[in-house]
Amino acid sequence: MNILNILDEIEKVDGEIYERINPRRAAMKEFFNMGKKISLAALPLALGSMFQKAYGQSNPSTAIEVLNFALSLEYLEYRYYDHALTLANTTYIPAGAPRDAITTIRNHEKAHVDLLISAITAAGGTPRPALAYTDFDYTAGGGFSDVDSNYQTFLKVALAFEDTGVRAYKGQATILKGMPALTTALQIHSVEARHASHLRQMVAANVTGASGLKPWIAYATNGNDTGILAVNDVYLGEQNTVQANIQIQGINGTLVTQSQAAECFDEPLSGGAVKNIANLFIKAPNKLT
Amino acid sequence: MKNNELETLNKAEDNSLFNSSLGRRSFLQFAGASAAGIALVAAGCRKDRDYTPITSGVTLDFKDDFGVLNYAYALEQLEAAFYIQVASNPPSGFSAAEKAYFQDIQFHEIAHREFFKNALSTAAIGSLEVDFSSINFTDRSSVLGAAKAFEDLGVAAYNGAGRRITTDAYLVLAGKIVSVEARHAAYIRDLISNGSFANSEVVDANGLDLAYAPDKVLGIAGKYIKTRINVINL
Repeated sequence: MNILNILDEIEKVDGEIYERINPRRAAMKEFFNMGKKISLAALPLALGSMFQKAYGQSNPSTAIEVLNFALSLEYLEYRYYDHALTLANTTYIPAGAPRDAITTIRNHEKAHVDLLISAITAAGGTPRPALAYTDFDYTAGGGFSDVDSNYQTFLKVALAFEDTGVRAYKGQATILKGMPALTTALQIHSVEARHASHLRQMVAANVTGASGLKPWIAYATNGNDTGILAVNDVYLGEQNTVQANIQIQGINGTLVTQSQAAECFDEPLSGGAVKNIANLFIKAPNKLT
Repeated sequence: MKNNELETLNKAEDNSLFNSSLGRRSFLQFAGASAAGIALVAAGCRKDRDYTPITSGVTLDFKDDFGVLNYAYALEQLEAAFYIQVASNPPSGFSAAEKAYFQDIQFHEIAHREFFKNALSTAAIGSLEVDFSSINFTDRSSVLGAAKAFEDLGVAAYNGAGRRITTDAYLVLAGKIVSVEARHAAYIRDLISNGSFANSEVVDANGLDLAYAPDKVLGIAGKYIKTRINVINL
């Protein structure tokens, strides 16, 4: 992936790209400084942050928009698992418990797609056009280039999707407040959390260097407890230990640790932030706006 | 079970003056205001001299968000009490890793309990008295079975109560907690049987987790709670 080429390509379409990011010189300086600090593997999502500043994604504002936004994310998840199980060289997902678990998760994501389409229609809305496997780039522009053949990479991306999904639904709850659709969204939300918990155990058992990963999101200074730099944006803010102005660490003289304080509350993510993450895996012209 | 004046005040509002226990503060409050007084004064003095814990229960009034938050507080009290007992004396069959994770879960539930207590402040219900006589704390499968029941019930409770919450901040807080309960539930289910983290006991054909109304949840949880829980305005 050649970042400078990408910027050049964007410049052809949008002459003001550098001004949008930052004044040109500052942007380049920022970019190269960033490159020193993070490894190549981290680039896809780091780029996401950079473009987020330039093209801030909108937050859904109505129930139908929320449900269609959720539908996009469910397509992203469903096509990913379904492809891995049925289309590609699938030997990288071991038979037995691993394959069974991924099948369970795939079936849930498919059910969510179908349910959301029905719910949107029932509410008088129009479901977004279907997204096919070919509408996605699960390598995220090359950052996860062996996602189709390497079990470890497959699990890393799957975990990023599930932990993002949990945060995404949480972030939309207030728009659905008091509506029947809220209950449905919550029922999907906790299923995504069950998936995330199980995938964290799969990652702990199979991904090099991740053996200590917990089923819940432990404290890390940048929120990301996975050790996978490329997914930093998925965990931004998860290190929070203060809820409603109440410090949870050591609350009321208890022995609640900093990590437990961060673990025991999952944090929401705004619609715009979720779209920026999702768009790393969605090809043009279907990127979420 | 510990009592305090606020708790007593809460109870006093919920019960007839003549058949409930009155703490000092509410005694003074009523005595100062009322001429119905003589009997009250006598009752109040007697109770003050020989103070015993109130056993008439707590009330969850679902007329507003405080009722929903107190409902969550009640469930977190129950979970915390369970895990404190497990973590302080784990079954012999627990591995070191399992002991460590049950320590984590214990402190998560304690944190939730204390959070609600502080957030509700004077509106908080009192402490619940639990009854875990049906659980064999020395037996791994009994403990895991109970833990699974508590976590799945917790998820169903938050999922079912979400639509009753009218304040954005409280709704988000409930959302922050329920996904952690779901993570617990999946972990415990996998300990019992790997791969059962989201099986058809809890996730239906539409891919939806359980969502129970408060009366259903309290009916199930009642087995583990000695304190009477009165529900109004549901």
